Parts: sequence; structure tokens; C-alpha cells
Amino acid sequence: MTIAWTFVAPAVSAAFLSSLVEAVEALTIVLAVATVRGWRPAGLGALAGLATLALIVLALGPLLDRVPLHAFQLAIGVLLLLFGMRWLRKAILRAARVIPLHDEASAFAAGTAALREQAHHGTRLDWLAGLAAYKAMLLEGLEVVFVVIAVGAGRGLLVPASVGALAACALVAAVGFAVRRPLARVPENTLKFTVGVMLSAFGVFWTGEGLGVPWPGEDLAILGFAALFLAAAVAAVRLVRLPAVKALP
Amino acid sequence: MKTLINIFRELAGLFIDDGLFALAIGVVVVLAAIVAAIAPAVPIAAGVVLLVGCLGVLLYSR
Repeated sequence: MTIAWTFVAPAVSAAFLSSLVEAVEALTIVLAVATVRGWRPAGLGALAGLATLALIVLALGPLLDRVPLHAFQLAIGVLLLLFGMRWLRKAILRAARVIPLHDEASAFAAGTAALREQAHHGTRLDWLAGLAAYKAMLLEGLEVVFVVIAVGAGRGLLVPASVGALAACALVAAVGFAVRRPLARVPENTLKFTVGVMLSAFGVFWTGEGLGVPWPGEDLAILGFAALFLAAAVAAVRLVRLPAVKALP
Repeated sequence: MKTLINIFRELAGLFIDDGLFALAIGVVVVLAAIVAAIAPAVPIAAGVVLLVGCLGVLLYSR
């Protein structure tokens, strides 16, 4: 039972936290569209994105069972390493102030400005606005689906991981609908840092499983990998942090 | 069509942002696979290469 929970909890929390980040980003774009052109193109675009996502999942979902286990573990592991370590590296550089933090308020302002700019050029704005909402929902949704499959499929945890992801999306949608503005106060970089650590740990675990590595402690090894990635990431932030500019006397 | 190409480009970007960083991760995985193939009696060796390699890439890539 202990082993089961040590695997279920990281899988569900990784799915929940990464979905939270993706949902916040999708919400920002949908809100930008709704602000400039109203809820009709924003809602239609978002719904079309969700429908496309559902079609992709329904079409490709059954194929997962047909892939040989080791090949599946290896493929998912490598993709998780690329995805998770990319997130973690970016979070490290943001925490060290090498690159600016992602700001939902700025993203919202840029999105609305771009849509208004297109309006001045006489483009068919409803169509473009709907397309922007569609693209945001599809791309951010695909990331959510990938994370759910990656952390859930290998151990039959697709349902709990999906519940975690759906809970995050529902939470963001409910809060976003209530406040009607970008959720700029969500500590996105902290979330990305945490998720990057977890996904990188899952990536090492699955890649190793795919290569036939018998990890000591089996599933518990993931927690050890996460601790090591966290330590390395914190060390990297300290190493890379730019020295503060001292005021001249 | 342009939108479709953009979507595929962004999809690839989910996994490969910095080419060198992605290449370094790929090299670590290939090295671990080689170790797993040449030392099947010590399968944990591939795991060590994989884990240490990934941590090294993370620290070095800053």
C-alpha cells in the first residue's frame, strides 16, 4: 500500500500542478479574445479546441495498449526528460533572474493588443479571435494530455492522473469565470519549478525502466530522483544567479 | 495551412526549445542505452549513467 501511494501521489500531483499552469495560460488567451471580441468567438474557439482534443484522445487512446511495454516506457521516458528538463531549466533561469518571469498580465495585454492591431487592418477579427482561442486550448490541452499519459499510463494510473488534471482545469475555469481577468497571482514559476522536478524524475524512472534498469526501491526511486533534481536545480539557481549591481558611492 | 504548420512547430517546441540542451539529453540516453547493451550483467550501471548524466546536463546547461 505504501508503494502504491508513493507512486499515485506524485503522479496525481504532477498532473494537477502541470495542468494548473497550462490552464492558467489557456485562460489568459481566451480572456484576451473575450475582452476584444466578446465571449462568442472566445467560447466557440475554446470549445472547438476541446472537441479536437477529445477526438485526438479518442483516436489515439486505444493505440496505447498495442505499443510494447518497454518501447512505450522508453519513448515516454525520453519525451518526459525533454519536456520536464526544459521546464526545469527555464524555471531555474527565471528564478535566477536571467530571463524575466512569465507574467500573465503582460501576456494578456500583448494578446489583446495583437487582436486590436489586427482589427485596425480590417482582418476578419471574429474568425482570427476564435482561432487564437482554439489554438491556445488545443496546444495547452495537448500538454495536459501528454503529462497525464506520461505519468499515468505506465502503472495503470490514467484515471487518477486524469482526475488530477481535470480538477486543476475546473478550478482555473471556475476562478477565471468568477474574476474575469488573468490569474496573474498564481506563482507560475514555483509551479513550473516543482513540476519540472517531478517530470524529470518520472522521465529518468521511465527511461531506465525502458532500458531494463532495476531501480532500487522500485517506485520509491522516483522520490529519490525528485530530491536529487530539486537539489541540483536549487544549486543551479545559486550558481547562475547574476550578482546584484552595487550602487556606486 | 499556415496555422497548422504553426501548431506543429509549437508542438515540437514543447520538447525541443534549445537544440543543444535537447541534444545533450539525447546523448545521455544513448550512452545509457549503450551501457545497458554492453553490460547486461550490471543493469544498474545504465541507470547511474542516465541519472548522473541528466543531473550533469541540468547543472552544465546554465
